[in-house]
Amino acid sequence: MSIRLSVVDRNGGEHEVETAPEGSLMETLRELDYGVSAICGGMCSCATCHVYIAPEWLAKLPDRQSDEGDLLAELQFRQDNSRLSCQIQLQQEHDGLRLTLAPEE
Amino acid sequence: MSDTHTEDHIYIVGAGHAGGELAFALRQQGYAGPLTIVGDESHLPYQRPPLSKAYLKGECEATSLYLRQLAAYEKANISLVLSRRVERIDRANKKLVFDDGREVTYSKLALATGGRARRMTINDAARAERTSNFRYLRNIDDVMAIRARFEAGQRLVVIGGGYVGLEVAASAIARGVKVTVLEALPRVLARVTAPQMSQFYEKVHRDAGVDLRTNIEVTGLEFNAAGDAVTAVHCTGGVVIPADFVVVGIGLLPNTEVAQAAGLDVDNGIVVNEYAVTSDPDIVAAGDCTNHPSVFCGRRIRLESVPNAVEQARVAAASLAGKPKAYDSVPWFWSDQYDLKLQMTGLSQGYDQFVLRGSMENKSFAAFYLKQGRLIAVDAVNRAQEFMVAKRMVVACKPFDPAVLADESVPLKTLAGPVQAAAPQA
Repeated sequence: MSIRLSVVDRNGGEHEVETAPEGSLMETLRELDYGVSAICGGMCSCATCHVYIAPEWLAKLPDRQSDEGDLLAELQFRQDNSRLSCQIQLQQEHDGLRLTLAPEE
Repeated sequence: MSDTHTEDHIYIVGAGHAGGELAFALRQQGYAGPLTIVGDESHLPYQRPPLSKAYLKGECEATSLYLRQLAAYEKANISLVLSRRVERIDRANKKLVFDDGREVTYSKLALATGGRARRMTINDAARAERTSNFRYLRNIDDVMAIRARFEAGQRLVVIGGGYVGLEVAASAIARGVKVTVLEALPRVLARVTAPQMSQFYEKVHRDAGVDLRTNIEVTGLEFNAAGDAVTAVHCTGGVVIPADFVVVGIGLLPNTEVAQAAGLDVDNGIVVNEYAVTSDPDIVAAGDCTNHPSVFCGRRIRLESVPNAVEQARVAAASLAGKPKAYDSVPWFWSDQYDLKLQMTGLSQGYDQFVLRGSMENKSFAAFYLKQGRLIAVDAVNRAQEFMVAKRMVVACKPFDPAVLADESVPLKTLAGPVQAAAPQA
């Protein structure tokens, strides 16, 4: 069964995105024409899939691993609700997830 | 000549990372006209870095390598002509000639032809290429053939101790394959990194069980009676290494022949300016195939890298869309082997001082390359945060005190200056 995500693009436009609850969040976002560049393809090496997660969803996602935190720590546009979308595996319970694409560095 | 007005149709030759990115970037830049990508493989544009890593180990499927799935191309109205090679560019008539003889007319053209694996030049190589257990590694089909032989106890000989060869070795060891790596130069990664880094990687591979030999050249190959399989690799000094399969990773050659035949400037890559425009104003080029000016290096360079492919593709798209912006990125790369996350920024060629911060023994360090006191490159192993800081330090192109760089009690970020304040969020 597919899930729905609410994605705010870099111009403030809101989109409802339907996707399968499999693979990483990045893999869904890179399909969008306003999506993330994800240069390293999910190796947690580049931080080009940076998103802001709606506060009410933060606790429902798996914790950051050290590499992710290390990369995020040095981003210009980092916020408390920053995540790298390649590190979030989509699941059925993520139906309704709300997020905003961070500006490109 | 008649003043023929041709309809807009932008063609992109090459369906790799640069070609795929260029197409979507063109749409983002507002080009709404006909747009076609022509590629000689049967696949949608895909990521190559996992080919020697996760995909080789069988940890992911081909479709997950695709930059975008087919639906995204359909939605963006980007046509794909796959399994087709462009044989010729007729610039006078603005035509492309495909390998099936078909001709199409372009208004503007983008070359994202990438590169191909450098082939061995020994006499036996041509014969070996017709066997089933001797492969170069460049595309999905190569990896399908290689990983089919990844069985515990199989004997793999890797020819070439560059990033591809070493990543193949690490992936194979993880699957229980017996691996020998042969490098002709005195050390692995010789062309891209310092002797200290080479030594570090040599030790890591040997500790993992790789039989890694340097200063050894392949002189010939041995075949089975039927002649359809390589059975051993012959080397200098009379060394014979039995092999169940052989993978060759000895570098990449840029695909420039079609550009050259069309009379475009070519010099170790298709020559482009900072806007990714070739010597023909209607033709741009991006990715591994280009020789481009680097603001950062102060000279022309050709890079084999995904970040370069993506960022230069966007510059090329901007030029085609009539909104030129100069390409000024600093090169960066990554390589994953075993439990080592290597991230590199800048180009170390020409350095005169090497400074180590951290411990190679603990597999956590950053290596700084200085030239006349100025920082020109950094290799970081398992130090993602310092890598992000290093990117900013390398961009600055400033002098740094080697003693301070090496001093772990001084946080690197205090040397780089603070991250720029984030722009206010709406």
